[in-house]
Amino acid sequence: MGKITGSEAIIQCLLEEGVKTIFGFPGGAVIDLYDALMDSDVNHILVRHEQGAVHAADGLARVTGDVGVALLTSGPGATNGVTAIATAYMDSIPMVILTGQVPTPLIGNDAFQEVDIVGITRPCTKHNYLVNNAEDLVPTLREAFHIARTGRPGPVLIDLPKDVVASMVEFSEKKPIRMQNYQPTYEPHLGQVEKACKEILKAKQPVLYVGGGVILSNSNEELTELAQTLNIPVTMTLMGLGGFPGGDPLSMGMLGMHGSYTSNMAVAKSDLLIAVGARFDDRVTGRIDAFAPHAKIIHIDIDPTSISKNVDVDIPIVADCKHALAAINNWFVSCGQDLNEVGATHSEWIETIKEWTRKHPMAYADEGEVIKPQFVVEKLDELTGGDAIITTEVGQNQMWAAQFYKFNKPRRLVTSGGLGTMGYGLPAAIGAKMAFPDATVIDIAGDGSIQMNIQELATSKQYDCPVIVCILNNNYLGMVRQWQELFYDKRYAATVMEVTPDFVALAEAYGAVGFRCDKTSEVEATIKKALEAVKKSTVVLDFRISREEGVFPMVPAGKATTEMLLV
Amino acid sequence: MKHTLSVLLQNKPGVLSRVTGLFSGRGFNIESLSVAETLDSSLSCLTLVTTGSDAIVEQITKQLHKLIDVIKVTDISESEYVEREMALIRVKAENTTRAEVLRVIDIFRGKVVDVSPKAYAVEVTGSATKIQAIIDILRPIGIKEIVRTGTIAMARAPK
Ligand SMILES: Cc1ncc(C[n+]2csc(CCOP(=O)(O)OP(=O)(O)O)c2C)c(N)n1
Ligand SMILES: [Mg+2]
Repeated sequence: MGKITGSEAIIQCLLEEGVKTIFGFPGGAVIDLYDALMDSDVNHILVRHEQGAVHAADGLARVTGDVGVALLTSGPGATNGVTAIATAYMDSIPMVILTGQVPTPLIGNDAFQEVDIVGITRPCTKHNYLVNNAEDLVPTLREAFHIARTGRPGPVLIDLPKDVVASMVEFSEKKPIRMQNYQPTYEPHLGQVEKACKEILKAKQPVLYVGGGVILSNSNEELTELAQTLNIPVTMTLMGLGGFPGGDPLSMGMLGMHGSYTSNMAVAKSDLLIAVGARFDDRVTGRIDAFAPHAKIIHIDIDPTSISKNVDVDIPIVADCKHALAAINNWFVSCGQDLNEVGATHSEWIETIKEWTRKHPMAYADEGEVIKPQFVVEKLDELTGGDAIITTEVGQNQMWAAQFYKFNKPRRLVTSGGLGTMGYGLPAAIGAKMAFPDATVIDIAGDGSIQMNIQELATSKQYDCPVIVCILNNNYLGMVRQWQELFYDKRYAATVMEVTPDFVALAEAYGAVGFRCDKTSEVEATIKKALEAVKKSTVVLDFRISREEGVFPMVPAGKATTEMLLV
Repeated sequence: MKHTLSVLLQNKPGVLSRVTGLFSGRGFNIESLSVAETLDSSLSCLTLVTTGSDAIVEQITKQLHKLIDVIKVTDISESEYVEREMALIRVKAENTTRAEVLRVIDIFRGKVVDVSPKAYAVEVTGSATKIQAIIDILRPIGIKEIVRTGTIAMARAPK
């Protein structure tokens, strides 16, 4: 193949990697690339803020498992993307972010719109590159995609100086990528698998603790098989929800700071904790020395640094969750034991667990016509058959979504777990809807968070990409207010939103539809109206909820997870 | 506990900052650090001395491995190894002390590498303890300036 421009080569690489849609915002440094994009088969979505571009690409990546791609200009374009890059990094989302850069001769001279984005994003990308030479362009792009999607996935940034993109480059044939210095371990060590299985056979009170790794590695089926054949109860992290069907009797729901009473008690009493693709985050463990104090711990993770980082692990298995779980399931199939009998030995344990749920189910107090946010989420679950794609903002809204929507399938909950980025939900919903135009996509939002990226309503309008924004409006930065209520004598410093826009009018200004609802008896009808209206247009729902409703259970920061504040 | 890590990495711009950024970002400690090209000019070898519990050093090793540009990490202090540092020390050498200074240099097998009417610049190599020892002895005589390298280290060949 002869020489083509750098811009054309980049587009060829995107097509070669199967990228159909990218999200971005133009500027001087990427104008060549935009010019080439105009005639290409890559669909470009013009967002209204670079943070929105990266979150949208991230949302697309989370629902599909593909690599999400965003394109930003140099300087402020790139720095505007940083929060969203860090968001993807914390949740291990496969992404490639292309940023424009000033021409190579100007780098280091404080040129117009020059910023050292490679330096800035070093700690919040899986890897990043500055492409200095035209001949490195194509190999770098290919390597970036390879790194983004393999091993523990993550965002990779490529900084593209304008002169490099404008030069002529060789588009060589793609060969399989083998990097001497980067070879993630997919296959589990069979000795470790056997050790783990024998430990599972011995356990009387086992718990499966499931994290985002199960979603990322598409191992929900293997996990479900393990849990169901051996009758092992399952708890999930925020990132793991949907990794096991939320409606299955073995599901105990979420664990940790706002986890269910049952999950936290089960972990505390368990004699064997099987952690799969989870990382023992402080929001999960609470006071670390009181976490699963009686349990042996098996930990499956593709990233060796996750193992024994926060808690000591008895049996580590470094592998892709899918491969490791398959190996474990295989071992049991051929171990010669009657697996029904093994499962039956957990009956007493399951009974104890059911008793916890009977005593302290996920619940909230009824307030008559004053709308309970949990009720709204329950109704959303019911009216969408638990099958919508739910994105969230951050705060109480996010926790209520996690607690009361039953995620029966993976890749249905799209939420910023590790970084907790307010403003994530709307752009992520647009990304998800772009990937699955037929899906119902709902951003469960707070009145505070939604204002951080509300400009993306215009993007959803421009590309005919209708989603529902369901604002649980408490006129507060509610989660922070809840902490102030509980631990700061109700001193509501900077959490009262004294001015909030009229969200219905705002929706209309953006060409979307808005409905307000302030009575419990009208919640169902409002959601039904929205589900109808969203077939044609983005809908903003403004639910005026019980203002000082809290998220419970709650484990105060630094306490043991059994020290829960209940409803 | 003190650990000496030998890290093989790509010899490319920005790689060192990935390593140091990892240490500062995660609150790991660097006692000394020294890098140079290897025989293969596309690679560098970095010797890093750090302290921490076994669990922390294990985490450091794994985190270093995770950097894409890092090829190999060995905790060479886990087995037999040789380590060297070098120091250049400018020490007062006046009529009354010159002989004493030369004697000390001789004992430590150092070399005088620069001479001026009132001072000698001395080059010494050895383990960190040896360097510290000569510094302690020369200090009362009057050290005017001192420059030290970080430790470099190499595992002993298996017997
Ligand atoms: C970008 C960003 N800034 C600040 C915070 C801290 N924070 C966490 S939750 C929260 C309140 C969110 O308010 P709202 O969106 O109204 O949600 P609610 O908790 O009321 O449901 C804040 C300020 C954050 N997570 N992200
Ligand atoms: Mg709010």
